[in-house]
Amino acid sequence: MAAFLEVQNLVKSFGTNTVVKGVNFAFEKGEFISLLGPSGCGKTTILRMIAGFERPTSGAIRVDGDEITHLKPNQRKLGMVFQAYALFPNLTVGDNIAFGLKIAGMPADQRRARVEEMLRLIGLPGFEKRFPYEMSGGQQQRVALARAIAPKPRLLLLDEPLSALDAKIRVSLREEIRAIQQDLGITTVFVTHDQEEAMSISDRIVVMNAGNLDQMGSPHEIYNRPSTRFVATFVGQLNTLPEASFGPNRAIRPELISLAPRPETDTTLTGTISDVGFLGSVVRLRVDVSGTPINIDTFNSHATTPPQRGDTVTLHLAAKDVLTLGA
Amino acid sequence: MKSQKFWAWLIFVLGAAYFIIPLAATFEFSLRMRRGEYSFDAYASVFADPYFASSFAYSVIVGLFTIVVGILVVVPAVYFVRLRMPWLRPFMEFVTLLPLVIPALVLVYGYIRLYGSSSFIPFTGSVLGTDILLTCAYVTLALPYMYRAVDNGMRTIDIGTLTEAAQIAGANQLQIIGQIILPNILVAILSGAFLTFAIVIGEFTIASLLNRPAFGPYLVGIGTNRAYEPAALAIISFIITWGAMGMINVLGRFAPRTSARTD
Ligand SMILES: Nc1ncnc2c1ncn2[C@@H]1O[C@H](COP(=O)(O)OP(=O)(O)OP(=O)(O)O)[C@@H](O)[C@H]1O
Ligand SMILES: [Mg+2]
Repeated sequence: MAAFLEVQNLVKSFGTNTVVKGVNFAFEKGEFISLLGPSGCGKTTILRMIAGFERPTSGAIRVDGDEITHLKPNQRKLGMVFQAYALFPNLTVGDNIAFGLKIAGMPADQRRARVEEMLRLIGLPGFEKRFPYEMSGGQQQRVALARAIAPKPRLLLLDEPLSALDAKIRVSLREEIRAIQQDLGITTVFVTHDQEEAMSISDRIVVMNAGNLDQMGSPHEIYNRPSTRFVATFVGQLNTLPEASFGPNRAIRPELISLAPRPETDTTLTGTISDVGFLGSVVRLRVDVSGTPINIDTFNSHATTPPQRGDTVTLHLAAKDVLTLGA
Repeated sequence: MKSQKFWAWLIFVLGAAYFIIPLAATFEFSLRMRRGEYSFDAYASVFADPYFASSFAYSVIVGLFTIVVGILVVVPAVYFVRLRMPWLRPFMEFVTLLPLVIPALVLVYGYIRLYGSSSFIPFTGSVLGTDILLTCAYVTLALPYMYRAVDNGMRTIDIGTLTEAAQIAGANQLQIIGQIILPNILVAILSGAFLTFAIVIGEFTIASLLNRPAFGPYLVGIGTNRAYEPAALAIISFIITWGAMGMINVLGRFAPRTSARTD
């Protein structure tokens, strides 16, 4: 199957500072892709090159077989949602959503119908007469989403669209974005530095590290088979195992260690509990194994009280779950 | 605390008196045309003079053209400097201050030499050419005010992100400036426009040296030939100028509120 969005050897330098160092990826139509990485790794720069706001130093970008690397942003037929909403303050919600349609020359009655359809889609029917300043941040961002998808763009680009919102809305809106994306089957590139956010809504994740693509894969692959030390430590929690008994660069996820033996476990460690963190559904124990701190996650249970500080415990794990961290 | 308040009030009253007493005296004098009683005869005489209407109309028209040309020059310039060439801003600040520093007399002598009837571009050779030259001179005079008004207006909106949002939706440069940038800084532009208008209505030097029938030279002419009418005219111009300033304030209340920003 031919790739729908293809980025080839993409390089971007600002002066002598190379911030994107030869990135390649290809995705299929309808995929939800997250660009994930720490601050300053070049995620926004890649997105802005796809949008056409930055000119690549070298490399190519293709959408649906068309080379768009050197097109102007207004010729690319893409939709974008910005971190700061960026609704047009002088236009009503309806006119904001209709902006791209009007530019494209759609007749007024069709525009009105499309705006109504979009407002229903984002759960804000009847809001077309409002102005942006009369709405909450979450509502504004949903309008920005509607404005981006109303002209049926080939790609939807989102640059940390949720980071200005508070935690509850962030979670509900990301689920809404994912639902709308799946509904419309629109190929989406989502930039975030929040690994939980990326894991929860993506089909595939591109993990970036200092301008390089470190790993690309489904959330399941990225989490369970991280290909570099950076990916393993950046995505999810990780315990480095004591070198004396496991050798160097061995690590394991907290939820793969238990206090009781399981059918697959074949290795044990003994340690003393140094801290107990009750997180609701999960109880996180910090265990001191001859000087190496190991975190383990256990499910909360009604019947049993969690272990106490100072208790000596035996940890059970399976050798196959141990990750070897490369460079 | 109390004495501080006293001094504050005293300074305020002195300052107010400095402005109000001459104004009140001028107004009082303008009412004394008829011997022994107050009347509006001076005003009637002013309004009856056909040159009053014609010179005022001329200045209003030149003022309107000045505003339009000023907007067409300043808005795109400020927009592109803010967006693409922010390092040019100190230079812009400096250039737009020059008209305040260089006397209008110097400007107009320069114009006459450059565009005189014996030059390559003889603007002053025809009436229309001179009118165009006058308008250009006024655009320059109003530049410091227009530039600052527009620059302030653009500071309150995130023109970078709004431009990108419009671009990705398919808009070209002209559509972005016309449909997004202009409407969002309309109030700022209007305040620049009223300041421009106030300057053009009262300007004397350039209009007089270019020999155009503007309101400023008319005011001065009356001032040297009549007794009571100049006082009446002073009050009328004062009302026009302050009317323009008042409009800026009124319009300021209708400033479009920008959407919440996170940065
Ligand atoms: N216009 C620019 N001029 C010079 N350097 C830039 C420019 N834009 C970005 N950079 C640099 O490029 C690097 C990558 O920036 P980018 O915005 O892509 O990071 P990011 O991954 O999106 O980070 P964040 O999560 O903080 O948004 C940074 O070091 C930044 O300083
Ligand atoms: Mg970024």
